[in-house]
Amino acid sequence: MNVGDTLPPLEIAVTRTLIVAGAIASRDYQDVHHDTALAREKGSPDIFMNILTTNGLVGRYITDRLGSRAVLRKVAIRLGAPNYPGDTMTLTGTVTAVLGNTVEIRVVGTNGIGHHVSGTVTAEVAR
Amino acid sequence: MTADATGTAEEAARFHALLAAFEGQPAATAGRGKDAVNEPMIRHWCEAMGDTNPAYSGPDAIAPPTMLQAWTMGGLSGHSDRSSAYDELLALLDGAGFTSVVATDCEQEYLRPLRPGDTITFDAVIESVSPRKTTKLGTGHFVTTRMDVRAGGQPAGTHRFRILKYAPAARPAQEPGPRPKTAARRPRPVVNRDNQGFWDGVRDHRLLIQRCTSCATLRFPWLPGCNACASPDWDTVEASGAGTVFSYVVLHHPPFPAFDPPYAVALVELAEGVRMISSITGVPYDKVRIGLPVQLEFLRVDDDLELPVFRGSEG
Repeated sequence: MNVGDTLPPLEIAVTRTLIVAGAIASRDYQDVHHDTALAREKGSPDIFMNILTTNGLVGRYITDRLGSRAVLRKVAIRLGAPNYPGDTMTLTGTVTAVLGNTVEIRVVGTNGIGHHVSGTVTAEVAR
Repeated sequence: MTADATGTAEEAARFHALLAAFEGQPAATAGRGKDAVNEPMIRHWCEAMGDTNPAYSGPDAIAPPTMLQAWTMGGLSGHSDRSSAYDELLALLDGAGFTSVVATDCEQEYLRPLRPGDTITFDAVIESVSPRKTTKLGTGHFVTTRMDVRAGGQPAGTHRFRILKYAPAARPAQEPGPRPKTAARRPRPVVNRDNQGFWDGVRDHRLLIQRCTSCATLRFPWLPGCNACASPDWDTVEASGAGTVFSYVVLHHPPFPAFDPPYAVALVELAEGVRMISSITGVPYDKVRIGLPVQLEFLRVDDDLELPVFRGSEG
């Protein structure tokens, strides 16, 4: 694995079910992640994915691509355009550093309205 | 003090100084994960994420590292470990109109894998509160916390989390679907350890005034100490409920959800001598006058909120 290598993208269908299931599996009961009417009252057009689900999907993307023996050391993400139901998010990754067994990967998740997530994952890969 | 999204830069700077005083204070102390790391929660997480990594199942299963925060969540029963400083910071932001919240950043470092049976404990600190920022969502302040998570007492990871507490920008011009049928709710009072007794009184339909037990000075609203002699000791007296309008304003603009302008907001002088801000019922907004005699009553606003208000007697 070399700096500049790209990982095959992963497409995530952002369904209402995924948003709600991710929120509940992460024990996040904020109404904006499951109640459309209350989300609208707060200025959002619909419910939207919570940050813990995005974090989990980014982690899944890396271990899906690097293999189950890869160990996540650090995941740092920033959210931008929300993931609303009906959208599709495409995760892409680019290797930005390699040091021994440790790789650093820049991850971007793009949806229909822009960059949902951008971040950096550090992982150890098995030799 | 006006510190809302429309305040001047000077007001914003003054407000930010109040917020910045929280930096370095604990956000959570000696927190405990409500559940030990366990297979069912791991499986539910993997199902939701579509994560089929074999490392997360079987006899040597580890938890997905990105679940770190999930083990510290309060869930439906809320955060019992949250510090009063963090609650006060959020209440200060709520009170200034920054009522909405969205998470913007999450930075996690994993020191060791979490396995079923690990008990989770954590401490968190308020790292920083940003000056007022205007974003696409609205204007607000970023609040960053840093949490140290332990498993079985040993360091297991760190979790830095940033939220934006903001006043929503104007709603999108075209909202999908029908408008929500639920009426806007009146703002909730901020109940804290300094004023809990007042709201306990309201629940029992008693308007309680604090009285200094050193110098007998009455005070309202509720405060931790006496303005006259600085004594922290106090008891309460129940207001008779009689009062007069000491001053008032009529609010025409801006409209707030759950309020129907124009309406009068009065400073009522109670018979006991202290003054409180409240609504006037029973009298049209344009008939409220200084000196108007009023009588306490309790207004049931909704299932969760009852407020002391004052009924004016016309003529």
